Amino acid sequence: MKDKVMRAVFLAAACVCIVCVALICVFLFVNGIPAIGEIGALRFFLGTRWKPGQGLYGIAPMILGSVYVTAGAVALGVPTGVLTGIFMARFCPARLHRLLGPAVSLLAGIPSVIYGFFGITVLVPAVRGLFGGSGKSILTASVILALMILPTIISVSEASIRAVPVHYYEGSLALGATHERSVFSAVVPDARSGITAGVVLGIGRAVGETMAVVMVAGNQPIIPRGILEGVRTLTANIVIDMGYATDLHRRALIATAVVLFVFILAINLLVSPGSRPAAK
Amino acid sequence: MGAEIEISNLSVYYGAVRALTDVSLNIPEHGITAFIGPSGCGKSTLLKTINRMNDLVEGFRAEGGVTVGGRDVYGGIDVTQLRKRVGMVFQKPNPFPMSIFDNVAYGPRTHGVRARAKLEAAVEKSLRDAAIWDEVKDRLRRSALSLSGGQQQRLCIARALAVGPQALLLDEPTSALDPISTSKIEDLVTQLKAEYTIVIVTHNMQQAARISDRTAFFLLGELIEHGATEELFSMPSQKKTEDYITGRFG
Ligand SMILES: Nc1ncnc2c1ncn2[C@@H]1O[C@H](COP(=O)(O)OP(=O)(O)OP(=O)(O)O)[C@@H](O)[C@H]1O
Ligand SMILES: [Mg+2]
Repeated sequence: MKDKVMRAVFLAAACVCIVCVALICVFLFVNGIPAIGEIGALRFFLGTRWKPGQGLYGIAPMILGSVYVTAGAVALGVPTGVLTGIFMARFCPARLHRLLGPAVSLLAGIPSVIYGFFGITVLVPAVRGLFGGSGKSILTASVILALMILPTIISVSEASIRAVPVHYYEGSLALGATHERSVFSAVVPDARSGITAGVVLGIGRAVGETMAVVMVAGNQPIIPRGILEGVRTLTANIVIDMGYATDLHRRALIATAVVLFVFILAINLLVSPGSRPAAK
Repeated sequence: MGAEIEISNLSVYYGAVRALTDVSLNIPEHGITAFIGPSGCGKSTLLKTINRMNDLVEGFRAEGGVTVGGRDVYGGIDVTQLRKRVGMVFQKPNPFPMSIFDNVAYGPRTHGVRARAKLEAAVEKSLRDAAIWDEVKDRLRRSALSLSGGQQQRLCIARALAVGPQALLLDEPTSALDPISTSKIEDLVTQLKAEYTIVIVTHNMQQAARISDRTAFFLLGELIEHGATEELFSMPSQKKTEDYITGRFG
């Protein structure tokens, strides 16, 4: 009897989750898909001009914007994060680790608006000083995002390297390999799937990040021609226009959210259960 | 350079715990020496002291002398060179999570061999020497983890041979294997003794009697008795040895 009650409670809790996801999906697709139809799928996805005043709703610049900024974040953040994770798992002296560990956790907990402020007050002037222009650019947004995805990538990499059985490491040492070679050639390959999962989680965060990007990216809805030009991402597009948009404009923003949602969904499918570190 | 292993007045500590007490033992070249004794008596400890795998253990300390081929193992030797000369095979087969070929090529690559043809030759020779070539020659690109336990252990022996060692330390290499794989590994070890100094730890008295030339019996961190295997098993000079090999304790 008690068993049954508890099961019902657990089931109900699980259902709340599923219902929430389902409701969000329904809301997005019911509002978004017709809007895409109304605008015309081609003109929506491939249109290069976003001018709601003139009835132009092309989100190609924003799709590219999200892709560029995320790619930049990955290029900067993944090598740094993975190497830091390896360092923390296998090279770091215990005393330094007591400092680094909490620092990484703290980095994960900082609200994104604070990253944004850091971007505006430090990075934007720095980029402006170094390369000219306004300083608000793909490069600036990529650097900020790289910082923001670091904690995820570091902690997942570190955890998956620590999870590698010690006998691979010992086997390598016994063949006369150095500590460095043993870590990089025998231990890291076994942690690859876990590290990949961390990277994909980081990409997901980078694609979805809004506040910090809005603050440093410049937000011009134009296809950028270089990494020092401003961009507007999908997320920025939604948050910037949402306050005053009505009718089709508003529904075009929801359609933008649909695109974003599909991006995130695709990324999450990449880390299917089989390749998650916990499932090993 | 020879590969005779000489251990003189060796005591080993893990922190405050003494795992080996005043052990002196000569392990001659081109023969098989078996270490026997009950669990926890220090057999693995002695093995790992010879190739300095114990360096990984926090609090490890060795007093006394260990030399391989006349060179002091704890006196300013290059540890990677030492481990290149003294290979080790672990109790649990531990092939790397990579292809069979890459497993065997790991050692040569570590020591600077890059040329494809040279690597291929080394891999084939080692796999043949480890008596596993015929079973894997058609699937060198497959993951080593797809092999059976017995095959994995022979692969690990091949991997150790590929480095070109002079001595091999085998820590209960057959304890996780079925009788057929065990006898394959025993045959293999017997063949290898012509070229290598071999030390094998085993809990299996028959195995020690079957394949080894010399046997050393340990108890509670002390070397109780050592000598020619035949003699030690037929006429042990110590009561404790007799009790152990006749199965009265341990
Ligand atoms: N890493 C370690 N840290 C601390 N003590 C250890 C460590 N390894 C072994 N010891 C201790 O040293 C002693 C000898 O252990 P060892 O592993 O050499 O025994 P063994 O003869 O190989 O036993 P078995 O037959 O079970 O493998 C034991 O008392 C053990 O508790
Ligand atoms: Mg042991």
